[in-house]
Amino acid sequence: MLASLHSANTSQAPVAHFSSEHSCLSIDHFSLAYAGKEALRELTLSVPRHRVTAFIGPSGCGKSTLLRAINRLHDLNESVTHSGQITLEGQDIHDPQMNVTELRRRVGMVFQTPNPFPMSIYENVAFGLRLQQRMPKRKRDDIIEWALTSAALWDEVKDRLHRSAWQLSGGQQQRLVIARTLAVQPDVLLLDEPASALDPISTLKIEELIRNLKSELTLILVTHNMQQAARVSDYTAFLHQGELVEYGPTDQVFTNPRLQRTENYITGRIT
Amino acid sequence: MMNSATHTASRRRRFSRVNDVWPWLCAASVALSLLMLGALLALLLVRGLGHFWPATLEEVTLDSGETFAGQAVREVALPQRAGDERLYFTGNQDIEGVRWRWVVIDEIAERAQPDDLIRLDRSPWGDFIGRLVAIEQHDQRWEGDAAWQRLNALLALPASQRQDSQLLLTTVDGQILRQPLASVASAQAPNAMSVWQKTLAWGDAVWRFLSEGPRAANTDGGVWPAIFGTVLMVILMSVMVTPFGVLAAIYLNEIAHQGRLTRLVRIGVRNLAGVPSIVYGVFGLGVFVYGIGGSLDEWFFSDTLPSPTFGTGGLLWASLTLALLTLPVVIVATEEGLARIPEAQREGAVALGATRLEMLTRIVLPMAAPAMLTGIILAVARAAGEVAPLMLVGVAKLAPQMPIDGEFPYLHLERKFMHLGYHLFDTAFHGEDVQAAIPLVYATALLLVLIVLVLNLTAIFLRHYLRRQRGNEC
Repeated sequence: MLASLHSANTSQAPVAHFSSEHSCLSIDHFSLAYAGKEALRELTLSVPRHRVTAFIGPSGCGKSTLLRAINRLHDLNESVTHSGQITLEGQDIHDPQMNVTELRRRVGMVFQTPNPFPMSIYENVAFGLRLQQRMPKRKRDDIIEWALTSAALWDEVKDRLHRSAWQLSGGQQQRLVIARTLAVQPDVLLLDEPASALDPISTLKIEELIRNLKSELTLILVTHNMQQAARVSDYTAFLHQGELVEYGPTDQVFTNPRLQRTENYITGRIT
Repeated sequence: MMNSATHTASRRRRFSRVNDVWPWLCAASVALSLLMLGALLALLLVRGLGHFWPATLEEVTLDSGETFAGQAVREVALPQRAGDERLYFTGNQDIEGVRWRWVVIDEIAERAQPDDLIRLDRSPWGDFIGRLVAIEQHDQRWEGDAAWQRLNALLALPASQRQDSQLLLTTVDGQILRQPLASVASAQAPNAMSVWQKTLAWGDAVWRFLSEGPRAANTDGGVWPAIFGTVLMVILMSVMVTPFGVLAAIYLNEIAHQGRLTRLVRIGVRNLAGVPSIVYGVFGLGVFVYGIGGSLDEWFFSDTLPSPTFGTGGLLWASLTLALLTLPVVIVATEEGLARIPEAQREGAVALGATRLEMLTRIVLPMAAPAMLTGIILAVARAAGEVAPLMLVGVAKLAPQMPIDGEFPYLHLERKFMHLGYHLFDTAFHGEDVQAAIPLVYATALLLVLIVLVLNLTAIFLRHYLRRQRGNEC
């Protein structure tokens, strides 16, 4: 099976192109290595604005690594080296002029397991706001209500904003984390398997939320779940062993993949 | 075939017996530990608190016709089965020259407990046991019951207002003693007291033990300066060790490159916790007292040299030495707390645009606070019980001045101080009157245990409160 996969490997870059006004984020010949071990190889793709783009691929293919590279979380790890470019709205994110904390505010990230901070629901959402300039409490309260409403959580928590966030259910916690990220008004939201630790109903709520959010910002979703990618995303990129195999509109990738490898993966013949 | 089958079966049975027994073995270990702990506490409680209970006074007549009064303390068998011997506390050191008397029980003709026997607590000379004849003030004179009532009324007044009174006392064998009332601290007639009165007297005696300074070379009086010195030193030690330990742990866990050197440093820190405390005492004496203290004296206090100010043991150096001693404990506990914080929490903060400092101060440190408190609890428990290094760096048998007083700068870090642990040692081994010291040793030991317990409970409740506030225990 793996052999057929490799035989289908072609050197042509399977890239969907968008005109620059539609492209929010573009990745150009980006490679990344952990302690010399290559994890991403020469990736080139551009992510359209106000759309949901899904990264799919087997475990270890580098999709999470790519996601973390977009808001420079790898900076925490000294052994990571990279080459190539990632540009956000025309700005190179690795530019020395780029303020990394400002980048991370603009590119929010939601992780696989919900990670609310050990404080109240209110303080969780206020966390990012408090890192920025001081604002009147009235304004902050408004933003928090807006963020929780956008994350479809407001009605469930409005009566217990000052209770511990750790008392929420897993699905609520994940929506709280999304609200926390939305509160700082990012341009891009990165979601790293946001529903993989949740039950089916919570998963549906998160998916609905993702579809609703794309009118406000650009979303990139990493998922293991083919159905989920098909349900919520507009574009799908298939990564394998650190390389981009196929990238295009989700309908096309799922119904009429250009490459045999993609079809094999999507139909579950390789994992 | 059959044989081997039964053999395996019996082996299995033997194993299953082991399976039945091992939980009991574990339980037995716990039970034994609890038993020893309970025995220790019971001994301290009974001996330590019992000392303050007003003891019955006896009037003893011997076969020889001699009489004396005293409190029966304990009995010991004579060698070669020659009967038993009883120890009496007789007081009256100014008359008899001794305060204790061993009596062979078979030689006792009569034991009585007359209600009119009284016991006075005097300074100097300690206890008087005998009878009150009269009380004289100027030309007035009270006798009998009136004298006893007058005495109690006068003792309720402050010492300055009873300068002019004198007591006329007699021992049970008829010797007369004139005693100025100003030197009497308290008086009681224990044989005539009800249980309730005894309880009140007991409470009063416990309170005086806790609130007064020592007398008679630490074999009498209270331990207040030692309590104060111990608690103050432990607090100063915590104030010094906490920031150092926490910052060091943050560096080791959060900032340092996790390479071989960091691992080596970590192993070193852990091993420092096992270094005998007297070694730290020697270090404190050499570096803090003679090195830093000596230099401070040369620079700032040269006018008082050669008598040292900081160049001798004192509160500051003792606290610093103990801070050094407990530093590894705080570092290790804090580091373990930091390591337990999930990576997801840190990434969550960073992904929201927090700098590393903001992530540390707003997420990591609050989450590690209970672990830090655990470290401080362990440090306090160790420091409060440590005596050996203190002997080298500043503890005193009797400190004439408290480390805190009304005189500028109020907190006198260079002064020597008293410490319960050292007080215990000194009372037990260096007192003039070993018999009198024994109950005080138990009482002091009990107090030391209680102080460590109170300090620990405070920190435990604080930790519990912090956790509750964050809601991860609900």
